[in-house]
Amino acid sequence: MGAPRNVGEVVLAIDNISLAFGGVRALAEVSFDVRAHEIRAIIGPNGAGKSSMLNVINGVYHPQQGSVTFKGVTRRQMRPHEAARQGIARTFQNIALFKGMTVLDNIMTGRNLKMHAGFFAQAVWFGPARNEEIVHRRVVEQIIDFLQIEAIRKTPVGRLPYGMQKRVELARALAAEPELLLLDEPMAGMNVEEKEDMCRFILDVNDEFGTTIVLIEHDMGVVMDLSDRVVVLDYGRKIGDGTPDEIRTNQAVIDAYLGVQH
Amino acid sequence: MPDNQARPDTFPRLLLANAERLRGRPAMREKDLGIWQTWTWDEVAAEVRMLACGLAARGFKRGDTLAIIGDNRPRLYWAMAAAQALGGVPVPLYQDAIASEMVYVFEDAAARFAIVEDQEQVDKLLEILPRCPLLEHIVYDDTRGMRHYHQPQLQSYDALTDQGRAFDAAQPDYYAQQIAQGRASDVGIMLYTSGTTGKPKGVCQTHHAFIVSAQGGVGFDRLGPDDSMLSYLPMAWVGDHLFSYAQWLVAGFTINCPESGETVMTDLKEIGPTYYFAPPRVFENLLTTVMIRMEDASTVKRALFAYFTGVARRCGAEVLDGKPVALLDRLLYAIGNLLIYGPLRNVLGMSRIRVAYTAGAAIGPDLFRFYRSIGVNLKQLYGSTETCAYVCLQPDGEVSFDTVGKPAPGVEVRIADNGEVLVRGAMLLKEYYKQPAATAESIDADGYFHTGDAGFFDERGQLKIIDRAKDVGKLTGGAMFAPNYIENKLKFFPHIKEAVAFGNGRDTVGAFINIDMGSVGNWAERRAIAYSGYTDLAAKPQVYELIRECVEQVNAELAGEEALAGSQIHRFLVLHKELDPDDDELTRTRKVRRGFIADKYAILIDALYSNRSECHVETQVRFEDGRSGIVRADVQIRPARTFAPEQVKAAG
Repeated sequence: MGAPRNVGEVVLAIDNISLAFGGVRALAEVSFDVRAHEIRAIIGPNGAGKSSMLNVINGVYHPQQGSVTFKGVTRRQMRPHEAARQGIARTFQNIALFKGMTVLDNIMTGRNLKMHAGFFAQAVWFGPARNEEIVHRRVVEQIIDFLQIEAIRKTPVGRLPYGMQKRVELARALAAEPELLLLDEPMAGMNVEEKEDMCRFILDVNDEFGTTIVLIEHDMGVVMDLSDRVVVLDYGRKIGDGTPDEIRTNQAVIDAYLGVQH
Repeated sequence: MPDNQARPDTFPRLLLANAERLRGRPAMREKDLGIWQTWTWDEVAAEVRMLACGLAARGFKRGDTLAIIGDNRPRLYWAMAAAQALGGVPVPLYQDAIASEMVYVFEDAAARFAIVEDQEQVDKLLEILPRCPLLEHIVYDDTRGMRHYHQPQLQSYDALTDQGRAFDAAQPDYYAQQIAQGRASDVGIMLYTSGTTGKPKGVCQTHHAFIVSAQGGVGFDRLGPDDSMLSYLPMAWVGDHLFSYAQWLVAGFTINCPESGETVMTDLKEIGPTYYFAPPRVFENLLTTVMIRMEDASTVKRALFAYFTGVARRCGAEVLDGKPVALLDRLLYAIGNLLIYGPLRNVLGMSRIRVAYTAGAAIGPDLFRFYRSIGVNLKQLYGSTETCAYVCLQPDGEVSFDTVGKPAPGVEVRIADNGEVLVRGAMLLKEYYKQPAATAESIDADGYFHTGDAGFFDERGQLKIIDRAKDVGKLTGGAMFAPNYIENKLKFFPHIKEAVAFGNGRDTVGAFINIDMGSVGNWAERRAIAYSGYTDLAAKPQVYELIRECVEQVNAELAGEEALAGSQIHRFLVLHKELDPDDDELTRTRKVRRGFIADKYAILIDALYSNRSECHVETQVRFEDGRSGIVRADVQIRPARTFAPEQVKAAG
């Protein structure tokens, strides 16, 4: 399955992005790149612009300045569904699943872009639509197996504990077979054991499928252990960029976290 | 069953015979990617052959041991058969054992080969590799996460069977020759005792012992190729080996491997086995789940449920046993069966059950009667690793909750003068591996095995076990003290998960209690009692009150039993942490290690036998990820009311 992990070319280049909401500058002249198959973390104190950055990457926000280059295609404006079609999938800080639907159905929605049968054929579950669903179900089952959520396959998502919902959200993102996976605080609100499981899964996804991962996380232990390179944002500006070891000793980063007078 | 001279006398021969006799019929199922996959008997035989040839190609020789670690997977069962076919000895290990616990078994069994389920187990073996120089080959089934492992010892299962195919093509007679060399008196399996007492011991069982035991059980309950069972208990446990392996091959029924440990209940429902085994705690958890959900049901449903479980309590067990029942009750039971018991059995996955067994621990009378009353033929048996889990069985229609049944066909049972249960028969162990002294100690000159259990035969000729013989002690007043008996009585309450009783050589009996987080948690929620976790909940005064009522009820029961009236619990405490096998407080089969606990919590015992009502304690705990932490708490100690024997009689 997938390509072996071998950090390669730049797949995503963020160039000089600035984003403002009225008078509030969320991002100011931020540039960094993400290489194929790497795990890239974005860290920073609250309000640093981390989630805004993800939203720019997958087209939810449209920056006033700068460009995003993904797989060699540069763009200023894009809609989220176009990003999805290009192979970008994401999870959200506040879980965004269909609470009333089962885990299986939720993950199936991740296959939406890969389904080709017409509306009518799907509605009556006939001929090609049926065969197509069997193929997609197999992919979904492999993801269920991969993330070890067999036991909750038929459980409505709303009944699951928070940590499990996070896992289901990851499953749905994986169902789109993304090249670039954006994870917004995948471990927020989890206990130690759930965090360890999630770390394992992120590493496994990266390893088995060769998926490039950009993640936002507050748990420094997790970030330093997981990521190949780290970008640090503070008040919308990039204040650090490098390997975990470099970041750990970066004075600007230490100041931002421990707090100095701005 | 007619006796047949040509009957296969080793497991590999049984497998070959089944591949002929039951060709095309399902032998095994496993749920994978959401679908039940089936292997027929001939397919299983072919798989085992390839695996055995693969092992042979890697240098597995007669007499070698093969360690097997993982959940119940078809391939791991095949590994057992493959090792046996080559004249080797499979050694299944508990899959949740931590690496350091595995070292002992690997050293003791001198295993050169291991077949394991996945990365988790591989990691453990790589960790202990420096301490186990004999271990040369580690074969893993699931390739997930294994991409970056390049240790020379490692090989995937598929690669091994590919090698096996090549080997088999080059030496097509090899496999049959190896099977032909096997003898019934060869050691077929080595199972390690759980180690309630000291280091685990390797129990060597011959093909003959397990085949005889399996034949006895299969004949006793008339099991055949149409039966089906769920294999979900640890493969390292003697019960699973008897039911899912020995009886499987002897009777030719179908075993079903669940998708994962967490899906067992769903899988049970989907398969609807006809033959089922579970330790009491599984039956208890099942019932608790149902009861909790019933509390949330509508008023009408709750009323119906309450009414018909009442009917079942009155006459259900008698209906099941075919005893005479009043016509009206019979009618009501039939209606209840349609409306309540049938659907309930379906929800529990027990619609098709013909025979269900429980063993390993005492089962609560209410629990036992409940299952029987809704038409599940739940019975008890008695046995141990040393006796192939085959000593006593309850015959249909002669079932009771406090006995373990009559001696099984071909088994002799005798009670020693000190009350210890002694057994003799073909199912006895050949020896403890490399421990002739221990073997000699446990089997006496007359060939009786000393079980270490204290018990007696009741008036119906059924064996009743009260405790471990060595645990039965005396209070300073001279009264008998059977801690296990008291603990079991406490554990019958759904709110109490574990209990540890102390009293040997002391004036009175005291007890440590572990509350059941699910049950007490639910109870607390209903009463709007806020709590943050186990430690907090355990210390709530309301919880203490709840537990005190349970303890006093046990005291009242004990007061009614002549020999045990002196062992009423005078003081108790609710422990600040759950007893855990990872902290060595329980064995892997979840039996309390009383001595260890007494040492570890000496400070609490001192407080229990003083006048203090509170004691500060700090305990180191090991989390599942192997890290350690400290739990601190002020544990309360409370007195409980005791009853004079006359008082109970007067009240009763």
